[in-house]
Amino acid sequence: MSSLLTPKASLPPKRKISTEPRLSDKIFRRIVTGGGLSSLLILGLIFAFLLMQGFQTFKSQGIHFLTGSAWNAAVNDVNQIDLKNSHFGIAAMLIGTLICAIIAIVVAVPISVFSALFLTFYVPNSLKKIMVAIIDLMAAFPSILFGLWGFFVLEPVGEYWAKLLHKYFGWIPFFKMEAPFFSRSPFIAGLVLAIMIIPIVTSISREIFGQTPLDRIQAAYALGATRFGMIKAVAFPYARSGIVGGAMLGLGRAMGETVAVYTVLNIVYKINWHVLIGAGGNVASMILLKFGEATQGEVKALMAAGLVLFVVTLLVNSLADFIVARSGKSGR
Amino acid sequence: MSIITTNKPVIPKPGKPWKQTPAQRLITVLIFALAAAASYFIVAFTPLKGKLAYVAVFFISFVVIDYLYARTRQGKSAGADSVFRGFVTMGIFVAITPIMSILFAVISRGYKGLHWSLFTTDMHSTPPTGAIGQGGLLHAIIGTILLVALALVISVPIGILTAIYMTEIKGRFSRPIKFLVQAMSGVPSIVAGLFILAAIVYPLTKTFNSFEGSLALGILMIPTIARISEEVLLLVPQDLRESGVALGGTQWRTVAQIVLPAARGGLVTAMILGIARVAGETAPIVLLTGGGDTKNWNIFHGPMGSLPFYIWKGFAAGTKESITRAWAGILVLLVMVLALFITARFLSDRKKK
Repeated sequence: MSSLLTPKASLPPKRKISTEPRLSDKIFRRIVTGGGLSSLLILGLIFAFLLMQGFQTFKSQGIHFLTGSAWNAAVNDVNQIDLKNSHFGIAAMLIGTLICAIIAIVVAVPISVFSALFLTFYVPNSLKKIMVAIIDLMAAFPSILFGLWGFFVLEPVGEYWAKLLHKYFGWIPFFKMEAPFFSRSPFIAGLVLAIMIIPIVTSISREIFGQTPLDRIQAAYALGATRFGMIKAVAFPYARSGIVGGAMLGLGRAMGETVAVYTVLNIVYKINWHVLIGAGGNVASMILLKFGEATQGEVKALMAAGLVLFVVTLLVNSLADFIVARSGKSGR
Repeated sequence: MSIITTNKPVIPKPGKPWKQTPAQRLITVLIFALAAAASYFIVAFTPLKGKLAYVAVFFISFVVIDYLYARTRQGKSAGADSVFRGFVTMGIFVAITPIMSILFAVISRGYKGLHWSLFTTDMHSTPPTGAIGQGGLLHAIIGTILLVALALVISVPIGILTAIYMTEIKGRFSRPIKFLVQAMSGVPSIVAGLFILAAIVYPLTKTFNSFEGSLALGILMIPTIARISEEVLLLVPQDLRESGVALGGTQWRTVAQIVLPAARGGLVTAMILGIARVAGETAPIVLLTGGGDTKNWNIFHGPMGSLPFYIWKGFAAGTKESITRAWAGILVLLVMVLALFITARFLSDRKKK
């Protein structure tokens, strides 16, 4: 009897208060975290699989893979690759990649920074939107379009420019020329790459110039600065590191570009520092070029080359991203 | 006395004193004409020749005349300002010229290869030297649509989940993931192709098909979709999330029923830009899809043609007809990419208003 009257029974059970998410939320968080980490997974898998396939080549070639320039796959009696007598070296290709990318940067960065300044501080408001759209549109052009255009349209013009450069600046070691062979040179490939990265560098620089604190701009004008004075004293110091980052992002893009360089550049397995001569190298294009005729063993060497390219572009991009992310907080 | 009699306050009319007066504009035009004349005469009377000479001499003479005018009228710093203005304007012209040249080349060379049966036939019975009226790129359009559609199916869930992680959960991996997504967007397209070769083609399937191509394209698409989706989700007002939770919703229901629908238009934009990013991607397609000349609806079997491969083949074959075909293919591809791009712009513009 008395047990029915205990106050315990009439009270509702104590509500459990906790910050712990419910089951559905727990599942949701797991799934989303998994999805978010998939980029790490993919990058890791790319590294792992290319290493797995290319390991044999790294092992048999050693450091010569990075320092040598020969590329010949020897085949033994049973039509299998003879690793002892094969030579795989990508030094010429790596240096060629770097040369093309540096030409691209040297040409593209000044043009991009000037364009970005124009689009931020000079352009009349009525034109701004359409010009920004045109530049952004260029970033969406497929790379094979740049390749074909470079081959059929830019090539003759670029050859003429190369001859002019040789005529007037031939005394600079890079522009030296032993034989008059101007077509399909690293110079022209670099120009095509420059045109491809102009929209990228421009849009990053434009974004950072656009973030220049308005009070500083107005302070400069109030002190009597011209527009050039304002840019020199305020906008440029503020955006400097961002521009460096944008340029490096462009460098990464230029180093990884395949098809556009493939169509324009004449690939030769020899280190060539003379940028006007029609002989150059590019890791990505070399992979595409060799892939069609490659035997099983040679493909493994191509995988190793791909791994080197992957690591190099990843490093350049990470550094660029680091610099861009830090910019804007610095400056005066 | 007269000042006191008018008790209406005089409101000055709003003006734009920084605007150029007609006289100043006339001077600009004059300097322009002067520079043009100078470049014409200098090129005519010196050994310089060609279009490049005209452009260079015009630019230099324009900058010099502008500088001299500003210097004499307003002093040294105005002179420097005008020189800099000249360079900046030159920069944008140099940046825009290639775009115009590319568009002009594609249209002027591509239209020659256009004909009606282009969209109704494929290339299986047409040799590279076949007349332009023969064959078509139907197989390539089908292939590109299949490739991109499957790549979309792969990359959209991953891309959007990544964006949700960065904006909604904001866990301790947020910064590293942002960094990794950025790093992933720099992966060269050929490396994505090699990865699929190394991970799937050689160990498992040993044949080429379009599914493998889609995987490679998906890898290239994920960073674009993730980055743009993140930006879009950040634009969703925080109030909406709070009200969702205040109504008793769990986080998952808040995201699924409030945040994602609010960002719908932007997410579609992200997908469209992702498609535009990979539709013209050539290197992994060449490595992986085999590039057939006939219509193929089976993504797991047989070589698959696609627009980039069609262009690539036409260029590689090297005959006059095949190169014209390649340009026509580029024209079709470019029109597709432009249409996607303009749709994305239109959607995101409407969103802002």
